[in-house]
Amino acid sequence: MQTLFLRGPSATLRMVILILISLALMTIDHRWKHLDAVRNTLSYLLYPVEYLVDLPIRLYYWGEETLSDRQTLLEENRQLREMQLQSRVQLQKLDILEQENERLRKLLSATPKTTEDHLIAEIVAVDVDPYRHFIVLNKGSFDGVYRGQPIIDAHGVMGQVVYVNGMTSTAMLISDVSHAIPVQIDRTGLRSVAFGTGQTDYLDLRHIPHNADIRVGDKLISSGLGQRFPRHYPVAIITKINRNTGETFIGVRAEPLAQIDTSREVLLVWTHGHEKPVPGLEPPAEQTTEPATDATTEAAQADEAAADSAVENAAQAPAADEGIDVSE
Amino acid sequence: MSASNFKIAGLTLFVAFMLTIMPLPDWMVEFRPDWVTLVLIYWAMALPTRVGVTIAWVSGLMLDVSHGAILGQHALGLMLVVYIVHLQHQRLRVVSLVQQAIVIFFLLLLKQLIVLWVSGIVGHAPDTWLYFMPTITGALLWPWIYIILRDLRRKFGYRVNY
Repeated sequence: MQTLFLRGPSATLRMVILILISLALMTIDHRWKHLDAVRNTLSYLLYPVEYLVDLPIRLYYWGEETLSDRQTLLEENRQLREMQLQSRVQLQKLDILEQENERLRKLLSATPKTTEDHLIAEIVAVDVDPYRHFIVLNKGSFDGVYRGQPIIDAHGVMGQVVYVNGMTSTAMLISDVSHAIPVQIDRTGLRSVAFGTGQTDYLDLRHIPHNADIRVGDKLISSGLGQRFPRHYPVAIITKINRNTGETFIGVRAEPLAQIDTSREVLLVWTHGHEKPVPGLEPPAEQTTEPATDATTEAAQADEAAADSAVENAAQAPAADEGIDVSE
Repeated sequence: MSASNFKIAGLTLFVAFMLTIMPLPDWMVEFRPDWVTLVLIYWAMALPTRVGVTIAWVSGLMLDVSHGAILGQHALGLMLVVYIVHLQHQRLRVVSLVQQAIVIFFLLLLKQLIVLWVSGIVGHAPDTWLYFMPTITGALLWPWIYIILRDLRRKFGYRVNY
């Protein structure tokens, strides 16, 4: 059955063909991102692996819940009740404010504020590339997750979905090197873009001119300019400002508010234009009206916004240097 | 050539994938050896008629999906490594474990470099020398991986008569 020169030339031939296919795949995937079907199919093969790796951790949480004694549960219950009461009181105020806001907007005949839908997703405990900041979520296209969907946790914006599979999806965190999120400073309204640095503890704000009103401790909220993230969610807090007069812009670092390292549960947010599927109904057909899906495209858009704000600021302060170079 | 050999190869590959995505403490993630490549190198050496470039390529695509990398990045590197092993499997089998480990080091380095080049082209290459750490840990672990996989093959698979 076996010959002496088994498949010798055919291995080379196959290799050459596969090299060509690899190059084609990489080009298509990088340029046009049309390989979701391939990715999806392969992800089903990977699903059992991810499931098994995540299993011990899930068992641990399950065991912790099942085996904890009555006293602990009662204590936890009491705390949660208290917290709920407090949140309710705050929510009452918020309700009134929201109604008032709606009325005022109507008076001004401004566009009504849209509300967002949420869904809780769990982070699957698997490690991916140590040099990228990706997480795997246990919700996928069956739950209506779409590409580019923002994710937040209890403290702030966390990232966005980049690949959607059937039962899982992969999200890029705001700290990834290729991520950028349009933000504004809560106190002054100054717009900028927060770039991921590859470190979980700080983001970079670029193109901030020297005369900008910005201080350590300022809170950054999402500005919603890239049309990707919903408006006015907390993103980060400014921790360090480096004013070097030799540089065109000041160096600003901000620490993400979301607990990027430690969160286990996150919220998927359905922004306007995307409908959350109603449970029990058919999952929606493939999203056809996708906005630009690449973080870099968004960064480019957001970059323009940053450039705008830089120019605006320069205009506000005539003493500023003329001709701020925003092209970098 | 037997089905059970193939099964044990598939099973070890599955375990390699699990080890690849298993959460590790932060200080260890950079040292995580490239399990899938190591296991595939072994099987390409032991069962060159069954485990070849096509299986390596598909495994590489799965690595791409699990890493969120662009499709074809790991597939290309893994396939080239397995192709070289495929060509040289008879020589590799007879040399000592230490010599094998040295060859494995360069094979792993080749794969890391291919992946690095592609990352560089698409614009997010890692900027630390720790990136090459899996090459070293992989080569250091090779003798044990070889012995474990060989014993598994002898215990659960049939001997292959060459």
